[in-house]
Amino acid sequence: MSAHPIRMAGIDKSFGPVRANRAASLDVAPGEIHALVGENGAGKSTLMKILGGLVEPDAGTVEVNGRDVTGWSTSDAIANGVGVVHQHFMLVPTLTVAENVVLGNEPRRGMLFDRTRALTDVNALIQKTGLVVPADRRVSELSVGEAQRVEILKTLYRGAKILILDEPTAVLSPPDVRELWTVLRKLRDDGGTIVLITHRLDEVIDISDTITVMRAGATVGRMTTSETTPAEIAKAMVGRDVALSVPGRETISGPGATADRPSSAAGALLLEVRDLSVSDSRRIRVVDGVTFSIRAGEVLGIAGVEGNGQTEIVEAIAGLRDIAAGSVVVSGHDVTRATVKDRRAAGIAHVPEDRHRRGLILEYSIAENLVLGAQDEFSKRGSLDGARIDAHAREQIAKFDVRPSTPAPAARTLSGGNQQKVVIAREMGRSFTVLLAAQPTRGVDVGAIEFIHRQIREARDAGKAILLVSAELNEVLALADTVAVMYRGKFAVTMPASDATPEVLGPYMTGGNSRDAA
Amino acid sequence: MSESFRLRAEEALLPSIVALLIALILGDVLILMFGESPAHVYSRMIEGAWGNPYGFAQVLYKTTTLTFAGLGIALALRAGLFNIGAEGQLAAGAFGAAIVGISLPAGTPGLVAVPLCLLGAAAGGLLTGGLPGVLKAKFGAHEVIVTIMLNFVVLALLNWLIVERLRTADTLHTPEINAGAVPRLSEFIPAFHGSAANVTFFFAIAAAIWCWWYLFRTPGGYALRATGLQPDAAEYSGIRVGRVWIKAMALGGMLAALGGTNFVLGYKHYYEDGFTGGSGFLAIAVAIVGRNHPFGVVIAAFFFATLSQGGLAIHALVPKQMVEVLQGIVILAMAAAVPEVQRALRSARKVVAA
Repeated sequence: MSAHPIRMAGIDKSFGPVRANRAASLDVAPGEIHALVGENGAGKSTLMKILGGLVEPDAGTVEVNGRDVTGWSTSDAIANGVGVVHQHFMLVPTLTVAENVVLGNEPRRGMLFDRTRALTDVNALIQKTGLVVPADRRVSELSVGEAQRVEILKTLYRGAKILILDEPTAVLSPPDVRELWTVLRKLRDDGGTIVLITHRLDEVIDISDTITVMRAGATVGRMTTSETTPAEIAKAMVGRDVALSVPGRETISGPGATADRPSSAAGALLLEVRDLSVSDSRRIRVVDGVTFSIRAGEVLGIAGVEGNGQTEIVEAIAGLRDIAAGSVVVSGHDVTRATVKDRRAAGIAHVPEDRHRRGLILEYSIAENLVLGAQDEFSKRGSLDGARIDAHAREQIAKFDVRPSTPAPAARTLSGGNQQKVVIAREMGRSFTVLLAAQPTRGVDVGAIEFIHRQIREARDAGKAILLVSAELNEVLALADTVAVMYRGKFAVTMPASDATPEVLGPYMTGGNSRDAA
Repeated sequence: MSESFRLRAEEALLPSIVALLIALILGDVLILMFGESPAHVYSRMIEGAWGNPYGFAQVLYKTTTLTFAGLGIALALRAGLFNIGAEGQLAAGAFGAAIVGISLPAGTPGLVAVPLCLLGAAAGGLLTGGLPGVLKAKFGAHEVIVTIMLNFVVLALLNWLIVERLRTADTLHTPEINAGAVPRLSEFIPAFHGSAANVTFFFAIAAAIWCWWYLFRTPGGYALRATGLQPDAAEYSGIRVGRVWIKAMALGGMLAALGGTNFVLGYKHYYEDGFTGGSGFLAIAVAIVGRNHPFGVVIAAFFFATLSQGGLAIHALVPKQMVEVLQGIVILAMAAAVPEVQRALRSARKVVAA
């Protein structure tokens, strides 16, 4: 067994216009726990889907145990000992643990399902692996941690020697995580190979032997865990490409701008968030008692590795997610239970993180998208006022430099940068007091980034309160007055931007300092 | 501008045309299997449907019901909801119109009675369409399941009402309405004599124009289409998605229900058990072939009505199920053609642009 269990090279994969993998590679040595890290959307899951046979690559080769298996099917993968444990459980809740584990490879006695053998087989597997679950209990009665063990057992029962775990700890409590590590080490020591997808660096350091880092679909680093530090991994994960240059904050405001700016301390409190908690569909607290406030003329930047509650905090303030506890106050009005429309009326503008899902109606024209949410105001005696919508569009298109500069084309046909400009034009082209800007420059070109940053600064100088959430640490540092780092649903640290540097913030982003803080 | 309009029109029409061509070719094969000449059979069909005033008027009669029901389905589909309940909604609308017409005193002027009967029909649709909408918005009950099942409930309930409460002796229909009847078209065009085509045809055309105006020219229609295209974006913008669902289902139910007046106010002047005869299901095909556009629905309704009326003229040549098979082929071809043709169009456009 000298051949490497997994060797993937030059993997390209596009989904429509999205390039999920570009020349990505992965090399896993026998008998190691290999961590595949990167932010959400870095292409980790796609790469593993290609390995598991769910997705066929556009280019590149996949070798398993030295054999070229590029483009194989899921059943080939299973037959050759590659097992994937998905992030979302695929279990039948009404069946028992043992029944779920053997499903698809049921032991038979004659034509009948051999229930007794299933139970003894599964119990033997539980004994051997240390994945303790009551084999005769129904899956619907299990805890999430136990359900996950069933998923792993299922894969092992089918003979998996190469185990891929997709963000296994997302749903686990700390003791469950420790137990999982014990099991994974045992599997490795018994000759298994494990690939762990995660974006939590403390876990990577805890458990892995080797690390592959992905960013924007490409493999950007491979390191030995014992020879690296969380800061180094974080830099590789969220590190900025050289193509993006954000001018430092002193130079950007222009001459005299700093003096003209109203002092942050003097500005009125425009957004107050107290003890905000949000649960996701699995009832896990994804935002956990966060408190902050933003004054007029202030930018609060939330940094952090994606998936630590940033999306949820913005959506909760915007009214798109139920607030489990806490309150949101805009300019003195409590909007904790208000509708999206009322929150907008209270002064909230929102640049959502996903313009294709939320920010735009892709089939609608530029002009129609520019009145999204304000369609009632652009009507006259019950009919949409086409002339005004058109005039409004021409005005905003000119002001925000949208190209093509005509109102008619569907939003779908625009480039990413111009789509984002349409969103920005709509949200910032009307009156507002609080701006929620989530990943405002994601996937847009350098010119558009400059433009969007300028808009945000002008809004700040005009006395707006701005909540900026970005996975780009440099973006947060360039725009924010105050920086907070989010880690596992909490603010791990909050500090003036003048004190913040990537070196200072890095450990908080990876949970390094959070335990002392909490 | 005109270029983009041409592309959009192409994209909207081409799938329907391709589907019809596929159906035509498969129809040829079927006809040949029965040892007949396709040209002969098709010309007989056209002859039966359009070649004489009576046949043409019957086509208009059938177009009326299919247009209303097709509009009801298309409007809901624009909001992203599949309304399979048009069959029950048609019946509920017809029954509502009949009840109002029976309750009114004889001699009520038409200008009062007809609107009241239309309201009665709309009320039937409001109930049968609105209920699935509410269940969807409040509890997430899937509208396909609810509307399908509601068809059975409505039809059984009406059957019970007719049999137990309202029957005219030895029939399965209500008494005749006292007021609210609308004139047949033959009163204006004597050549249509004998046909059931009536003034509700113009109501259907008016409904289609209203639908177009509502969908494409009002803020409500803007919100409805936005919800159908991207519910998450609609929610983000402050549109209350649940309310839009309720409104779309209620409006869709009302439109479909108005189709029942074609039979009650224009033709028989009473509600009769089982009069719908599957029109509410055929209307699903009408909405799809019409690409959910109100004017497309009118054209598709006219097409399916022609097929159905023309089918009567070819019974001597091929089995009468032939027309149903043809309808089925159109629907299947449509389902297959839509995404295929559109994808081809898009990639072709990319090539042109590059």
